[in-house]
Amino acid sequence: MASEAASSPQRVEVEALRQRSYKIVRLRHPGRWAAGVVVLVLLGLLVRAFANGQIRWGMVGQFLTADVIVRGFGTTLLISALAMLIGLTLGTIFAVMRLSANPVTRFVAWLYVWVFRGTPVLLQLLIWFNIALVFPRLVIPGIYTGRVVDVVTPFVAALLGLGINEGAYMTEVVRGGINSVDQGQTEAANTLGMSRFQTLRRIILPQAMRLIVPVLGNSAIGMLKFSSLAAAISCTEMLNAAQQVYFVNGAVIELLFVCAIWYLGGTTVLSVVQYFIEKRYGKGASQTRSRSLFKLPFGLGSANTPALEKAQ
Amino acid sequence: MTNTIVKAINIHKKFAGSEVLRGVDLEVRNGEVLCILGPSGSGKSTLLRCLNHLETVDDGVVWIDGQIIGYEMRNGILKELPPRKVRRQQREIGMVFQHFNLFPHMTALENVIEGPVIVRKEPRASAIARAEKLLASVGLGDRGNAYPAQLSGGQKQRVAIARALAMNPKVMLFDEPTSALDPELVGEVLDVMRELAASGTTMIVVTHEIGFAREVADRVAIMVDGEIREMGPPAEVLANPTDPRVRSFLARVLA
Repeated sequence: MASEAASSPQRVEVEALRQRSYKIVRLRHPGRWAAGVVVLVLLGLLVRAFANGQIRWGMVGQFLTADVIVRGFGTTLLISALAMLIGLTLGTIFAVMRLSANPVTRFVAWLYVWVFRGTPVLLQLLIWFNIALVFPRLVIPGIYTGRVVDVVTPFVAALLGLGINEGAYMTEVVRGGINSVDQGQTEAANTLGMSRFQTLRRIILPQAMRLIVPVLGNSAIGMLKFSSLAAAISCTEMLNAAQQVYFVNGAVIELLFVCAIWYLGGTTVLSVVQYFIEKRYGKGASQTRSRSLFKLPFGLGSANTPALEKAQ
Repeated sequence: MTNTIVKAINIHKKFAGSEVLRGVDLEVRNGEVLCILGPSGSGKSTLLRCLNHLETVDDGVVWIDGQIIGYEMRNGILKELPPRKVRRQQREIGMVFQHFNLFPHMTALENVIEGPVIVRKEPRASAIARAEKLLASVGLGDRGNAYPAQLSGGQKQRVAIARALAMNPKVMLFDEPTSALDPELVGEVLDVMRELAASGTTMIVVTHEIGFAREVADRVAIMVDGEIREMGPPAEVLANPTDPRVRSFLARVLA
């Protein structure tokens, strides 16, 4: 590293090294520079193409903060959040059922995952939207009687479709998280006299969270995007609102770009939130690991993460 | 004190067809320290786990302080207890594991107060006060806020002992408490156990530490192939074993 002839150390060189009278020449990477320039040029061409294309950028800026769009984005956020909540709740319940000693509950949980993971979300949304064809009337004896079309509005259908579908994926995630917790933890809780529920809530789930949360972040990001499928069942979230506008004014691409900007903003914020939540749930794990595992997801900082192997 | 606190009769346990315990009888008096020695695979740990119902026995009965563990005797019928009642029995029996099994997402102090606060519904403040005393008594008065990952193996095991003691158990079970430790950390854990024994705690200790058994145990039991082959005061059992398998085992570990 120090000089070219360092492999055959002669006395003069040893002396130079000892007195630190040498200069270090770092390896240059001309290839990286060349690749960087090429990529930048291509990116520039792409930007120029869009800048000169037939897009009225002014309209993009104008509709970015338009009332319909902002309200639509609010609905998008609401649907995503509620559907995630439903999904997480169902996922936890069915994960516990899948791990239960009772073969019947185990089978039902398996069936749930099999059905809802095995069919497309868009199809499930359409079925929920049209559920009134199967059950025209909703009757809860003594409490409520009414038409299903009044209850299962497009908004409710979107929540049911997205939430129940998410729950099927969450079941597997939560189950994996619970299984990852060492059996000794349950035994220790048993010897303290903790009930099954106390053990699950206080000991198992908090530790399972470390495995669940990173996936949860990705799911939330996915959910924000998948919620746009609700546009297909005329639920007025952002994409549906944008469609209604461009059916009238014809600014198709402009409004779709507006949506893209909002979605990007939303997923970016979620990524940052996920980073901080992961940091919190990393506590108690070996510290080197929690620090190296969770990096800001944009590729800020170093791209390679060899620290993971080192920590083990 | 001569009253029996732990009594096991004719304990049998099979795992996947192989018989791990073949009719073990055991009696431990209040305040007594019993060390169980024996070659690995002889069923020592399984016996210990049967005593506190971490494993269910295939045959035989365990009494702790007059209660049958996991069952209820009524009119000559042995009735299995619901989980809620089993937990109630289990919390009277402290256990220290080979791999500590501390809760990694809680600090040392939180580990110690978990049982008292969550299970026994003790007020948090009084649980904390007791936990701080317990941690101080195992020499960790200043590490209450440390997470298990920040503690050495010996420190973890001492927290685990404090956690078990926090439930004021009638018996303490130790399952090879020093086997997962670096040699230089074994001493600090044995010191804590020595003090505990001196304070009159009833202890059943599965261990490979012959020196500890000789010094601290009131009686030593030596298990081979799922049976207790020798049981008695350490001086007798360790010096003049009669059973040939016990003799060869001791010859190996004492060499």
